[in-house]
Amino acid sequence: MGTLEVKDLSYTYGKGAPYEIKALDSVNLVFEAGRITGLIGHTGSGKSTLVQMLNGLMKPDSGKVLLDGVDIWEKPKEIRNIRFRVGLVMQYPEYQLFDESAEKDIAFGPRNMGMSEDEVKEAVREAARFAGLDESLLKKSPFDLSGGQKRRAALAGVIAMRPEVLVLDEPAAGLDPGARREILGRIKKYQRESGTAVIIVSHSMEDMAMYCDTVAVMDHGRLMMTGTPAEVFSRSQELFAAGLDVPQITKVAASLKKCGVDIGLDVYTVGYALERLLPLGGKGE
Amino acid sequence: MSAVIKAEHISYTYPGDEDTPPVQALRDVSLEIEEGSFTAILGHNGCGKSTLAKVLCMILEPDEGTLEVYGRDMTAEDATDEDVFNARRNVGMVFQNPDNQLVATIVEEDVAFGCENLGVAPADIRRRVDEALATVGMTEYARHATHRLSGGQKQRVAIAGVLAMRRRCIIFDESTAMLDPKGRREVMDTICRLNREEGITVIHITHYMNEATLADRVVVMSEGGIIMDGTPREVFSRVSELRAAELDVPQTTELLWGLKNAGWDVAVDIFDADECAREIARALERGGHGNT
Amino acid sequence: MKADIAFGQYCEGNSFLHRLDPRWKIIFTIFYIVTIFLAKNIFAFALLLLSAVLLALSSRIKPSILIRGMKPLLFIIAFTAIINIFWLKGERLLVDFWIIHIYLEGIINALLIVTRVLLLVVGTSVILSYTTTPIALTDGIERLLSPLAKIKLPVHEFSMMMTIALRFIPTLIEETDKIMSAQKARGADFSTGSIIKRAKALVPILVPLFVSAFRRAEELALAMECRCYTGGEGRTRMNVLHSSWRDALMAGLLCVLCAGVIVLNRLGFVYNLSM
Repeated sequence: MGTLEVKDLSYTYGKGAPYEIKALDSVNLVFEAGRITGLIGHTGSGKSTLVQMLNGLMKPDSGKVLLDGVDIWEKPKEIRNIRFRVGLVMQYPEYQLFDESAEKDIAFGPRNMGMSEDEVKEAVREAARFAGLDESLLKKSPFDLSGGQKRRAALAGVIAMRPEVLVLDEPAAGLDPGARREILGRIKKYQRESGTAVIIVSHSMEDMAMYCDTVAVMDHGRLMMTGTPAEVFSRSQELFAAGLDVPQITKVAASLKKCGVDIGLDVYTVGYALERLLPLGGKGE
Repeated sequence: MSAVIKAEHISYTYPGDEDTPPVQALRDVSLEIEEGSFTAILGHNGCGKSTLAKVLCMILEPDEGTLEVYGRDMTAEDATDEDVFNARRNVGMVFQNPDNQLVATIVEEDVAFGCENLGVAPADIRRRVDEALATVGMTEYARHATHRLSGGQKQRVAIAGVLAMRRRCIIFDESTAMLDPKGRREVMDTICRLNREEGITVIHITHYMNEATLADRVVVMSEGGIIMDGTPREVFSRVSELRAAELDVPQTTELLWGLKNAGWDVAVDIFDADECAREIARALERGGHGNT
Repeated sequence: MKADIAFGQYCEGNSFLHRLDPRWKIIFTIFYIVTIFLAKNIFAFALLLLSAVLLALSSRIKPSILIRGMKPLLFIIAFTAIINIFWLKGERLLVDFWIIHIYLEGIINALLIVTRVLLLVVGTSVILSYTTTPIALTDGIERLLSPLAKIKLPVHEFSMMMTIALRFIPTLIEETDKIMSAQKARGADFSTGSIIKRAKALVPILVPLFVSAFRRAEELALAMECRCYTGGEGRTRMNVLHSSWRDALMAGLLCVLCAGVIVLNRLGFVYNLSM
């Protein structure tokens, strides 16, 4: 399964013009197979640019994107094949739906890959299952689906290409809590069963804490820090300085420490906090 | 306190067509909004909250029930277009997609749009636009192009457009849903300030719990009806009911609720991290009172 | 950024030209174009060139921006120049080699035509597009044409359409970009294959784009209705257009320029433009 690595990646918008913006500044990162990496950063931190580099939609000024150790731009003419291997689900992907049925729309990617009709059918069925899209919905026009269903159909459209690496830009944006949990849970389940490397870009620290194995923080085009959610969120002061937030529960832990109750600063989910707090309550007896 | 909007037993069904069956979006909803209040309407997608917003600002006409806006019955037989037009002068709306509600290419021109429609005198429009832009903190962007602004800035321009029309009540229909955290903060700060400092009546429709905690009153909708109505503290302490309505609770509440279920003597209606920490520390000092 | 190149020529500023009344600016631009076409010889063109330089200077727009604006025209300019140099016959033959015959007249003619194109571009962009906001421009057009409303022509509606189009073009360009990226990520290929194949490849872009444009239109209509828009009747405007001494001065200067061109045209002893 694919491991994606970026080496010394740099990119500048409007090079030479007075308004040139350094979107990426020698970024080094490894996205390992079988892990969910969360990419955090405020708008304009360079994370969207980085995401578009990963599947070759944009070409870096300098540096390399390595898929299983091979530079994706080694043969520029074959960049389309890279896009099949590194699946990208863009922000608000439901706006890309176009075909007359959800089924045909999901099949768009696999058909472009040149799969046989039987393979396409199998890929669509499998992807729809991963995305939690009921068989009965597949015959419907994608425009008749509900908001959450459209999002999942678009997700299925990328999963159907059986990518080695799955990149998702804000997969849960604009969804209500129920739909958020649903789609992120589906992604996690997909990652577990397929063993692919998954990269999620999100603004929601709570979601990142819940679903990611590794978190990478971007700021001003640079990689600011990377580590497990516990490692990253325990450095809340630095995150605040970069205009980012930490999960509310991490703030509670920090505040508890000030009150003299130390459950550690690396608490990032409610379950984790409960686990550490409950024994303390017992001792008070 | 007088009621700005008084809706009684409102029902609304979206008419279907050949492919889609009709969908009942509102079932017997009654809601009274006090002047100067800040109400958050919560609910998962498809629970009817946006339909309610559209009814409240008279985009949709309810099938059943009555709607009074500033004492005028909009659903009465003799209500005219004129009445609706006049009511719209008092109740403004800010929509979800910041891009699809700005009409002009330049910020101040857009803010002026509503006033121009009302036929306000040019010098007066100028003054109102300047005031409105100052209120939302966008004065320095007055001559900027609207499409270059960030999402949060666009929403603030939309708010300024409503303010310039001198509306005393604003409905925010998921106005923060498409924004990044920074934009969301900008818009929420603006909304809170408008309510507290300018006395503007705010109805904020959202599915973000932490935004709802800022309101005076939270109304929770599910399946087209109102299932909870109270202060944020009252509403968010009903954790299991909220979960059943596919909603989240703030993490502080979730934590305290978990502790309480384990037998701790803690309050659950706390949304502030520091306050939550103090509550836990207090409970520990008292000896936990747990696991008995 | 892409959207800005395709659109939004307006450069923020507060120069003499920026502060002219847009109604007058439209008239001035037409008058300037007519004057350019009146010019017949090198002297007249020299005067116009001087006027264009003065206009450009008074607009306080960076020369680099003006030059960038001319880039798309390079091909047309080069093309007309080449046609004139190689095909125009005259009396003074300069180069006579194999099938190539270049006359002095051809070169001068090419020079003048290129100058004319440049003058047209600089003149119109400096007086109008670079110094007038699109909205002021539509506003100016609406008011210039307002007498036509009396004969039931939908002048206000037309200008509202223009305003909305101007507002949404950058948004739709951005959207097209996003949709293209999304489909490319699913292996769409827009650059190879036969014409039919390429046309087919556009479907996955056009369908979502239209769907989204209609959704935007619907939402915008709602938003406009909520903001009490009921058409042109009873509407006021924040910015009232009024002519000032600047417009009078500009009108005077342009008249002098036109007169100058006509007079100089009579000094026809060097060479007259033959197009």
